[in-house]
Amino acid sequence: MANIPQKVIHDFLRHDKKFPHVWCAGCSNGIILGSIIRALAGMDIKRDDIVMVSGIGCSSRMPVYVDFNTLHTTHGRAIAYATGIKLHKPHLKVIVITGDGDCTAIGGNHLIHAARRNIDLTVILVNNNIYGMTGGQCSPTTPHEAFATTAPYGNIEPDFNVCNLALGAGASYVARTTAYHTPETQNMVKEAIEHPGFALIEIVAACPVIYGRLNKKGGAPDMMKEMRDNSVPLSAVEKLPPEKVEGKIIRGVLRKEIHPEFTAQYADLVKRAQALGGGK
Amino acid sequence: MAKTSKITKPAPKAAPREPKTETKLEELQTQRERKTVLMQGNEAVAYGALDAGCNFFAGYPITPSTEIAEILSAELPKRGGVFVQMEDEIASICAITGASLAGAKSLTATSGPGFSLMQEGIGYAKITETPCVVVNVQRVGPSTGMPTSCAQGEIQQSRWGSHGDSPAIVLYPDSVKECYELTIRAINLAEKYRSCVILLLDEVLGHMREAVCLPDMANVRVISRIKPTVPPHWYKHYDENQKYLSPLASFGEGYRFHVTGLTHDQLGFPTNKASEAADMMDRLRKKITYNIRDLVQIESYDMEDAKIAIFAAGITARAAKAAVAMARHEGIKVGLLRPLTIWPFPDDAVRKMLRDVDIVVVPELNQGQLVREIQRLVKDRSDSKLIKIQRVNGKLISPVDILRKLKEAI
Repeated sequence: MANIPQKVIHDFLRHDKKFPHVWCAGCSNGIILGSIIRALAGMDIKRDDIVMVSGIGCSSRMPVYVDFNTLHTTHGRAIAYATGIKLHKPHLKVIVITGDGDCTAIGGNHLIHAARRNIDLTVILVNNNIYGMTGGQCSPTTPHEAFATTAPYGNIEPDFNVCNLALGAGASYVARTTAYHTPETQNMVKEAIEHPGFALIEIVAACPVIYGRLNKKGGAPDMMKEMRDNSVPLSAVEKLPPEKVEGKIIRGVLRKEIHPEFTAQYADLVKRAQALGGGK
Repeated sequence: MAKTSKITKPAPKAAPREPKTETKLEELQTQRERKTVLMQGNEAVAYGALDAGCNFFAGYPITPSTEIAEILSAELPKRGGVFVQMEDEIASICAITGASLAGAKSLTATSGPGFSLMQEGIGYAKITETPCVVVNVQRVGPSTGMPTSCAQGEIQQSRWGSHGDSPAIVLYPDSVKECYELTIRAINLAEKYRSCVILLLDEVLGHMREAVCLPDMANVRVISRIKPTVPPHWYKHYDENQKYLSPLASFGEGYRFHVTGLTHDQLGFPTNKASEAADMMDRLRKKITYNIRDLVQIESYDMEDAKIAIFAAGITARAAKAAVAMARHEGIKVGLLRPLTIWPFPDDAVRKMLRDVDIVVVPELNQGQLVREIQRLVKDRSDSKLIKIQRVNGKLISPVDILRKLKEAI
């Protein structure tokens, strides 16, 4: 937690030629990566056994900076690549870093089916409500009436509730937090990695340079404050009057259940097939 | 209603249902003493994959390739391998690439529409130099086309389908036995050259049954990727050596390398430097051009004294072979040149053929894809005649069709 010194993060980074990083000043991605590293540093997992897989986008640039087995794939497909890795070597801890566009637009199909299979992947979805890498286009989580470079008159589409999508698809661990809440993020990442099944954490993030400017959100500190003030923990939701919950980001673990896990099920299937005879 | 009656019915005794292919495997295993078996092209691909050590298959159902997935869904678990049916073909190519990076020998099988969906993933496997095999059982296109009819429409797509310049290794069998052999070769070449190798089948070949005698396992040559022997901090994911065949570590082995679809340096980290970008592209190209003799395989049939040559691949070459026999019977000196490797294209063999013969006949089940390559090389000799036979209506080109055209040309 907070008592882990800064040196820890330094230890987990690749230093040669990788910096300066690609993220803008005020971006939440660095904060989130810090939380992920702190979570992993507090766990008893060998770095050799960690595979970090990402798709395309700002948050998907995370793996290149960290000293694990890292795979930066094609747009939207991180979960599909991760599925192949996990199935062939189930003992590896496979963490998927993805964004709102990457995971819920182009990669939506892979998200719902990995959740349905309940394969033991940890998906960390950084939701900044916009396509940042390509300069600010509308994403499935861009709020209704918000502005984007491809929504110059305001977004007419309703936005995706990513956690509800994962819950509906059968994910066995679903949680939501924001980049502002770093200890909470760190705890959730730890819990999600330890969870034996498909885990998704939606981390609401700030993109002050693109989303913030287009929507007059002020600077990075203002957006941080908004994440703090505009979110309520799940535990408080029932106690609050409905009007105080309306439009707020609800943080917390929305589901944590043990369901049959896919690679374990597959191992059983192998045993059954081999018991039937044949094979080598 | 139906639901209630289902509940009241006594549950049927759960007898372990033997997979359909069970007997086939038993047969095959005892037949390691090699009796001849009747087998489909798709089956031969599945058993070739298993014999080459394939231990990971991810795929999506599509006619006419589905039998490959069905057989492997029964056989891979018995061998401790993985079979997974993915949500689409895009996920399938991604999953086999991921598995390969974790150390698996992986394969997928599809047909036209799925092959189109896989193109981005194929490019990713090529730029990241990750071994994997894509089997494309070709059907009539474009789009959904005629799913159960034969065409050879992906000859050029298999070379140029994925965006950007990338090398291609594409093999093309003409018999069930060769489906088995070239599947093994495809997996071997993928491992050796660290690339996505494509095996093109014709629909008819995938579904045709022929008597084949598979070789004894002891006679099957299996190649596996070279593993690094250096300590992790010396490891370069894209190391240079004389023939651009470099060792490949797997995830979880302590090397902790980075893989990206971005243009990268030798360590695998993204780069924008012109010199490093050029190096990467050179490496991809030279890997093929420096090893062309190992990659190219070609069958020369009755070509010694031929004045007319037929150039054909796959099922069309079968018809051509019969046409050669018929023509020879009538005293016409015809031969057949058949590429088993269509990419890289056998330029040297074709140049020699063009020097030696007066007429070249190119029959193919498309609107002129193989013939483009002949035309590219024909300028060496402008007086030779080029006869095209093209068909895209789902019907095959028969030996008589070829013979007739050939006689007209004389």
